[in-house]
Order: sequence, then C-alpha cells, then structure tokens
Amino acid sequence: MKQTLAVTWMNLRSLPSRYMTSLVVVVGIALVVGVLVAMLSMSKGFEHTLKGTGSESRALMLSAGVTAELSSYIDPQMVPLLREMPGIRRDAAGKPLASAELLVITELRRGDGDVNVALRGVEPAGMTIRPEVKLVEGRLFKSGLRELIAGRSATRQFSGINVGSKLQFRGSEWDVVGIFESDGDAHESELWTDADTARSAFGRPGASAILAQFDTSTPPAVALQTLKAAVAADPRFQIDVLGERDYYSSQSQGVTDNINFITVFITVIMAFGAVFGALNTMYSAVAARQIEIATLRAIGFSGLPVMVSVLAESVALALIGGLIGAGCAWLLFDGLTTATLGQNFTQVAFSFAVTPALVARGLSWALGIGLIGGFFPALKAIRQPVAEALRGA
Amino acid sequence: MSAIVSLHNVVKTYTRGKQTVEVLHNLSIEIAQGDFVALMGPSGSGKTTLLNLIGGLDRPSKGEVNVAGERIDQLSSGQLAKWRARHVGFVFQFYNLMPMLSAERNVELPLLLTNLSSARRKQNVQAALAVVGLAERAKHKPAELSGGQAQRVAIARALVADPTLLVCDEPTGDLDRTTADEILHLLQMLNKDHGKTIVMVTHDPKAAEFASHQLHLDKGQLVEGSVHA
Ligand SMILES: Nc1ncnc2c1ncn2[C@@H]1O[C@H](COP(=O)(O)OP(=O)(O)OP(=O)(O)O)[C@@H](O)[C@H]1O
Ligand SMILES: [Mg+2]
Repeated sequence: MKQTLAVTWMNLRSLPSRYMTSLVVVVGIALVVGVLVAMLSMSKGFEHTLKGTGSESRALMLSAGVTAELSSYIDPQMVPLLREMPGIRRDAAGKPLASAELLVITELRRGDGDVNVALRGVEPAGMTIRPEVKLVEGRLFKSGLRELIAGRSATRQFSGINVGSKLQFRGSEWDVVGIFESDGDAHESELWTDADTARSAFGRPGASAILAQFDTSTPPAVALQTLKAAVAADPRFQIDVLGERDYYSSQSQGVTDNINFITVFITVIMAFGAVFGALNTMYSAVAARQIEIATLRAIGFSGLPVMVSVLAESVALALIGGLIGAGCAWLLFDGLTTATLGQNFTQVAFSFAVTPALVARGLSWALGIGLIGGFFPALKAIRQPVAEALRGA
Repeated sequence: MSAIVSLHNVVKTYTRGKQTVEVLHNLSIEIAQGDFVALMGPSGSGKTTLLNLIGGLDRPSKGEVNVAGERIDQLSSGQLAKWRARHVGFVFQFYNLMPMLSAERNVELPLLLTNLSSARRKQNVQAALAVVGLAERAKHKPAELSGGQAQRVAIARALVADPTLLVCDEPTGDLDRTTADEILHLLQMLNKDHGKTIVMVTHDPKAAEFASHQLHLDKGQLVEGSVHA
C-alpha cells in the first residue's frame, strides 16, 4: 500500500513534464465526453419539454390506433357524443369542459423560404382547462376572424412573428393578435386560433383530438378509467382515451430513443479513437519511464504498484479530459434552446439539459477509456524482464 | 570466510527470434563474504549478464546460483523481487535516480518495502546520506546534483536497507578521474568499515585496483590468472 501510494504519487507528479503527450489523451477524451454529454443533454431536454407538457387532470381522445394527434381524426358527428361521456367535468352552466381541437401543419409562406408550423384550433374550453396557458402580450383571437396567437417559442424560432404582424398561409392573411406562454411546454411552439376558424380554413369539420378535463369528484386516475371504460364500451366509437401526460411522454420516447441510439453509436466510435490515443500516449509514457520502472523493480518493488501508478496516470488524464468535455458541453449547451422535428413532424422547441446524471455518465465513459488505455501499457511495463528493461532496450 | 556468492556451472543463453546465443559458458565462481571484487573484461564479454545473475535480476539457463545463503536460480520473479529487497543494493552507471524525487526520497525508496515507521525511515535515510557525505543535500532533486553527488545518492539508496551485497555496474563509467576516485574510495570504505561485500563491473584498470580481487571475463568465460590483490 505504502509502496503503491509512493510510486503512484511519484508518477503523477512527473505528469507535467510529459504534458504534450498527455494533452492528446485529455483532448481526445474531452471530445468524446463533450459530444456524448451534449447529445444526451439534447434528448434529456427534449424529453423534459415533452414530459412537462400536459396535465394529470386531463384526458386526450384520439381516433383508435393512431399514435399522434396529427394523424388522428374524429368525425364531426362523434364530437358532441364524446363530450357527454362520464368522467368529464362540467362548468357552472353544465357544459362539459372539453375542447375539440384541430391540429394541422401548415406552410408559412415567407420571403426567405417556407417553413412548417403547427396550427391548433382551440375551443373556448381549451383555454379554460389549460390554466398554464397565459396570454402575455396582446389579446385572444376572435371567433370567425383570421386571427391567431403565437406561442413564445414559435416567436423565437420564426422571425417576424409579433403582435401586429401578418402571416401568409392557407391562401389568406392571418393577424397575430397575441403571444402566449405555457410553462415552456411543447405548445409554445404552436400557433393557436379559434377552432371553428381553423375547421373552415382547412376544410375539416371534425377534430384531431378532444382534450377533456376530468371530473373532480374522483381522483384523476379513477376518472380516466371511467372515461376509458365508457368510450370502449360504446360501439359507436373507434376512439382511444389517454391521460394527457402519458400521451406527451410517449411522444418524446421515440425521438429520445433515436437520439440516444445515435449518441451511443457515435460515442462508441469516438471512444475507440480515444482509447487508441490513450494507449499510444501511455505506451510512450511507459517507454519514457522504462529505466525508472526497471530501477524500482530492481530495488524490489512488485508489479502491482507499477501497474497502479500507470493506471492512475491514465485515469487521471481521462478524468481531467472528461471534466473538460462535460464542462464545455455544459457551458455551450446547457439551457440552449433549439427546435427539432417532433415525432409528429411539428417543430418543438426545447432546451438542452446538462444534468449531473449526464455528467456522471460522461465521466464513467472517460474512466472506462482511461482504464483500457492504461491497462495494456501497464501490463507491458511489468511483463518486461527487469534485466532487459534496465538495459533500456 | 564463507562464500556469499557461489555460481556452479552456470550457462546463460539469450534467444532473439530463432537465434540462440550462449553468453556465459559453464561458469563457476565463488566470492567470499566481505570481499570487494572487480569484474573486468571486454565489451560484450558478459559482465552485466553475470552481475544480473548474482544480483537476482535474471535467472540462468542452466546451473546453480547461491547468493546470501539462498539458492536463487529457482525463484519466481516475485520471490526474486522480495529477495533482492532484502539482500542486494544496486548501483548503476547512470545512477538511475527518480528525477521527481529529492535525494532523501530517492534514498527512502527501498525502505518503503519494509515495515519501518516513517520516523525510523527518516533516521536511516539521514544516516545513509551521512555515510556518503551528502547529508546537507537531502532536499535536492537529482537535476540539482553533480554526477558524483548523484552517484553518492544512488549508493546511499543501495545501502539504506542494509543489504549484505552491493552490486555495481560501471559505477564510475560516467565520471571524471577525480570524482571516480572519490566514489571508489567510498566503496572501499563501505567494504572495509561497513563490511559490505561488493561486486563491481568496470572497464577501468585504475578502478579495478581499488578492489581486493579482480576477475577477468572473456567471451563468457573466466580467464585464468585473474589477479588477486
Ligand atoms: N536480452 C538480450 N538478448 C540477446 N542478447 C543479449 C541480451 N542481453 C545481452 N545480450 C548479449 O550478450 C552479450 C553479453 O552482454 P553483456 O551486456 O553482459 O556484456 P558486457 O560485458 O556487460 O558488455 P559492456 O561492457 O558493453 O557492458 C552481448 O553480446 C550482448 O549483445
Ligand atoms: Mg555491461
């Protein structure tokens, strides 16, 4: 133990004298960890945004078998029937608190090229049952007019969306009359207008989905079961009922799975490179210290302290690289807002989230690279016969 | 006096690729406890090879090696390492000090393999440095020492664990005449006053004169008529 500590300490102190070759390891591993953490923070942030969308106390009704609101369509005759199902809360006047909404992707005609945006037609109840949605500028759209309000993220993603600006799509001109926020969730990337206006503008009389608030006399989970059972039991409907939060979680799943797969794939390839870099550096470090190591062994030091000292060196370099990489990822990306294509081909704005767990994951990769990169050179150092090593051959 | 080193019919072959070279041929040597032996011979005659066998750094291909009362030709490399730590101190031509460590830390290295307390280690290090006359350079790094001083530190390191045998491979090969003579006087003193048995490889006949006996090696064999001082 004493000898291991002494040899390791001695070796680590000699590191600065080999900093040029050591730098290769540090930079290589910093790159691997930086890319890994940055990419994972992207999927983490995306997941965070989508999982933060929706409420426990609301249900989403979609046409049976579809996985996304955009591919769902509910016939107009079914909409009033579905509103009346049990488990749905009613307002003071006895009207069900449910919003039959139309979600469409539309091409925004712009001078600098067309972009796709999500347009949501919302019924008045849709505003009531989403307390998180707050108008922060301007006013609400009026029914029957080509007016809309834009989510905060949409105004950042697409320039020229402000209160008072006019947007061209679906062959007519729309006035932006307000800006809304909704706790940074996925809706903030959308444009909202009145449901009837959207239905007539897009010629679709039905709804993509119905968002309903649960009856508060029972816990949300019970209300969800009641609603599900009632809809399933009614032969007129081909409808799936989901908790709103579950729906958005599942929406993020596919995308994050893809990002995570690509991330691991890229990281493995880069890690291979970094391992070779580390091996190369550590082989030359061991070669540079050959006489030193041989002398220690001649004096009577066993292989273990030598082995540990070489491993400690490569692990130290790897962890320094890992911290730099994770630090850069954090500085450059944490909180950075960007847009991506969601599962349902709408643009969703989200922020990269560099969490401690991701940093730990990055560092464990660094550790692995350092251990592999140090192991074989360490083995070589202690396998070479002492007499031969002392000759410096 | 009893023999502290005794080699019997020792053969050492090196294999490089398919070629096998016999470097030492059926060598038998006895070195008495308390002797100071100079091992001489032309380059490539096998001096270092022989010294490595005596010091337990290498094993013979054939034959018996008895050193410090133990038969070491059969020991595993782990056992040899332990044996070396107990019985042998090494002095090299290029000192082989650890560049990052101060003189005293270098000297302390062999003691890290013992159970001595840190206070005892410090004492022994000071004593060893005093013996080689470098007590006041304890805190210096090898780069801050002259060649002669560095070799003194290396000798202190070889001494500090109180081995029976000192094994020196051209200890003055890198030093000028005056400095070399100082080092040789030091070795002589260690032999006479401290009773260390010393085996020293050297090219230099003047250096060999400091020893009590000379052995001449040529092409892996002892040459008859080795001078006895
Ligand atoms: N590991 C090895 N593999 C093959 N041959 C070796 C090896 N080590 C030494 N030799 C050969 O063994 C012979 C003796 O080498 P050794 O180093 O013992 O000679 P030496 O007398 O110490 O020479 P010098 O005075 O130059 O130090 C040389 O011919 C050398 O090339
Ligand atoms: Mg030699």
